[in-house]
Amino acid sequence: MEKFTSITSRVLPLPIADVDTDMIIPANFLTSVSKAGYGENVFRRLRDQDSNFPFNLPQYEGAEILVADDNFGCGSSREHAVWALMGWGIRVVIAKSFADIFTSNSLKNGLVLATLPDEKVDGLLRSASRDEVRITVDLPTQEVRLPGDEVCSFEFDPFRKHCIVNGLDDIDYIMSHRDAIAEFRKAQDRHRYFRSGTSNH
Amino acid sequence: MSKNIIDKIWEAHEVVPEGEHPAVFAIDFMLIHEVTSAQAFDVLRERGLEPFDRDRLLATLDHSIPTRTNRLQIYDDAARTQVETLRKNCEQFDIPLYDFDKGQGIVHIIGPEYGITQPGMTLVCGDSHTSTHGAFGVLAFGVGTSEVSHVLTTGCILQRKPRTMKVDFVGEFQKGVYAKDAILKLISVIGVGGANGHVIEYTGPAIGKMRMDERMTICNMSIECGARAGLVSPDEETFRYMKGKRFAPTSERWDEAVEYWTSFASDPDASYDREITIDLSVLKPMVTWGTNPGQGIEIDELLPKISMLKPELQDSARKAYDYVELEEGSPILGTPIDWAFLGSCTNARIEDLRMAAEIVRGKKISEGVTFYVVPGSEAVRAQAIAEGLDVVFEEAGASFRMPGCSLCLGMNDDRVPPGKRCISTSNRNFVGRQGTGSRTHLASPATVAMSALMGKITSQEVGE
Repeated sequence: MEKFTSITSRVLPLPIADVDTDMIIPANFLTSVSKAGYGENVFRRLRDQDSNFPFNLPQYEGAEILVADDNFGCGSSREHAVWALMGWGIRVVIAKSFADIFTSNSLKNGLVLATLPDEKVDGLLRSASRDEVRITVDLPTQEVRLPGDEVCSFEFDPFRKHCIVNGLDDIDYIMSHRDAIAEFRKAQDRHRYFRSGTSNH
Repeated sequence: MSKNIIDKIWEAHEVVPEGEHPAVFAIDFMLIHEVTSAQAFDVLRERGLEPFDRDRLLATLDHSIPTRTNRLQIYDDAARTQVETLRKNCEQFDIPLYDFDKGQGIVHIIGPEYGITQPGMTLVCGDSHTSTHGAFGVLAFGVGTSEVSHVLTTGCILQRKPRTMKVDFVGEFQKGVYAKDAILKLISVIGVGGANGHVIEYTGPAIGKMRMDERMTICNMSIECGARAGLVSPDEETFRYMKGKRFAPTSERWDEAVEYWTSFASDPDASYDREITIDLSVLKPMVTWGTNPGQGIEIDELLPKISMLKPELQDSARKAYDYVELEEGSPILGTPIDWAFLGSCTNARIEDLRMAAEIVRGKKISEGVTFYVVPGSEAVRAQAIAEGLDVVFEEAGASFRMPGCSLCLGMNDDRVPPGKRCISTSNRNFVGRQGTGSRTHLASPATVAMSALMGKITSQEVGE
C-alpha cells in the first residue's frame, strides 16, 4: 500500500447522494484481471451521458480530493470501485457518510475517507461547484484544513491510520498472530461438521 | 446473560479480541468467483504462499459467463480471460472449482444447495449478496478483493464488531404476497443506508413459517438497506433442509451437529442495538419505481409526489423519475414493460421457478415482451427440467437459459436494451444496471411472471 500522510489539492465536487459502486465502475468494466486500468473508466456511464459531469471537466483534472454527499459507495462489494477512483488520481473522499464494504475496501488500499458534518459537506459542495477551492487533508492530525483557516477534525480508526501512514497491509499483521490462529483452528476442529469438497468431487 | 446469534457467532470466531486494533476474525468458508478473485490469487504468488485450508474454499463461475446454450464459447475476450484465469488459479492452488457441467451455479445458490452453509459459521465471498447464507444462521458477508486475499492466505480478516439490529416480521402474508415483498418493504421503510454498520437478525412468526428459499431471499437483500449481513436463527426447518446435502454431516454426527448448531440461536430475551417491526398482514405486492432499491411502493399505490418525500430523498427521486420516465402521482400499476427477468441469487431457486411456472402454465406471455428465465444453478436447472418447467416456460414464450448472474448485473452478453423497461426478480435497480439506458423494476417472481403475461406491471391479486 502506498503511504499517505497529507495532501493539498483542488476539491472535485460530486453533489450526489447514495453514489453506488455500479456508478463508480459499471459491471461491464470489471473484467480486467489486474488492478491497473480501472481509472480511465471511473464513472464511465455518467461521463458518457453528460459532458458536464465533474470527472469530464478540465478544471478538475489532477484533483485528488473528492467531496460527495451521503452514503457514498453503497451497493456492490467490488473493490474495483476503489481501484477506479485511485486510478483516476483520487486519494481522499469527503462525505456525510460512507457504506460499510466500500469503507473497508478503501482503507485496505489507502484511500482516505473523511466523514464531515452535513453542513460542512454541503458548504464544500456549494463553494467548490462555484470556485476553485483548495483544501488540505492531514491524516496524522485527522484534520481537514478549509479556506479561511477553518479546521475540521474527522474521526479515523487509530489502527487504520497507523497502517495507512506507514503503508502497511493486513496480511503481515494477521500473520504475526499465526500461533493464535493455529491454536484457534485446532480447538475449533471438533465442531467441523462440513465435509471436504475435494474428496467428493 | 442472554445473547443474540450475532454476538454468539462473533465471540466464537474472535481469534485475537478487538481492542485498539480490530479483531483477528476467523472465516470458516470462502466462496470464490471469477470477478473478484484474480488479484487476490496474485497476492498468493507474490508472497509465495499457499491457501490456508483448501477444504474451506470453493470456486465457481457465475458473473461474466454467457447463459446461452452454447455457453462454453465465451465471445468477449476479457470475460474469457477472467474465466480462464480462475481455472488456472484453481488448478495451481488445488482449489475445488465447480465448473460448467460440474455443479456450476451462482455462488449463493450453490453454497446452501451443497450443504456448505451451516449454522454458526462465518462465510465470506467477494460479493455483497453473500448475506444470502445468513438464512442458515451464518454470519455471511461480502468482502473486497483485498479481504479475499487475506482469507486465502490466513483464513482470517480484521474486523470491528458490528452493531446489531432486529427486524421483527409479524402478521401473516395475504395471498399473492411473498418474502421478496417483505424485504422490499423493509428497504423502502428504512432506506438504502438505513442499516449501515449493522448486522440484521430477522425474527418473528412470519420468518418461523418461511421455507429456506424464502429466508434466503430476505437475507440476500440485507445489503440493499446497508446492512453488512442479515441472518435468521437456525431451527427445525434449517436442519430439515440441510439433511442429506453433500457437505452436511452424515447420520453418525448429525445429532451432535444439530445440538451445536442450535446453540447459536438467539436467546429469547436477547437485546439488540436497534429493533424495528414490520407488519406483513397489511402488505401488498411491492415494486420499485426508481433507481435504488429503497424507492419501492405497494403495487396499487401511486408514485410518490416528490414534495411529500423527506427533503434528503427529493433530489434522487427527481433524477430517478427523469431516468425511468415515470410521473409522480400516477399509478405504477399498468406501466407497460418490454422485458421480464426471473433469476439472480435473490430469486432463482427451484421454488421461485415453480411459482412463476404455475402462473404462466398454458398461457402466452404478452407479445413484444422478452422473458428470460435463468436458473440459479445447474442443479436448479436440472430439477426444473425434471419437473417439465422448461417446457412450461418455453411454451409460454419465455427463454429458459443456462445458470448464471445474467441480467441481474448485465456483465455477460445478456442486456436489456437502452430505453427498455424490465420487471425483474433481481436485487438492484441502479441506473444502467441491466444494460446502459435500461430501466428496472424489482418485484417478486409471481409479480414478474404475471407482468410478463400481461405486458404491464401487475400482480395476481391486485390487477388493474
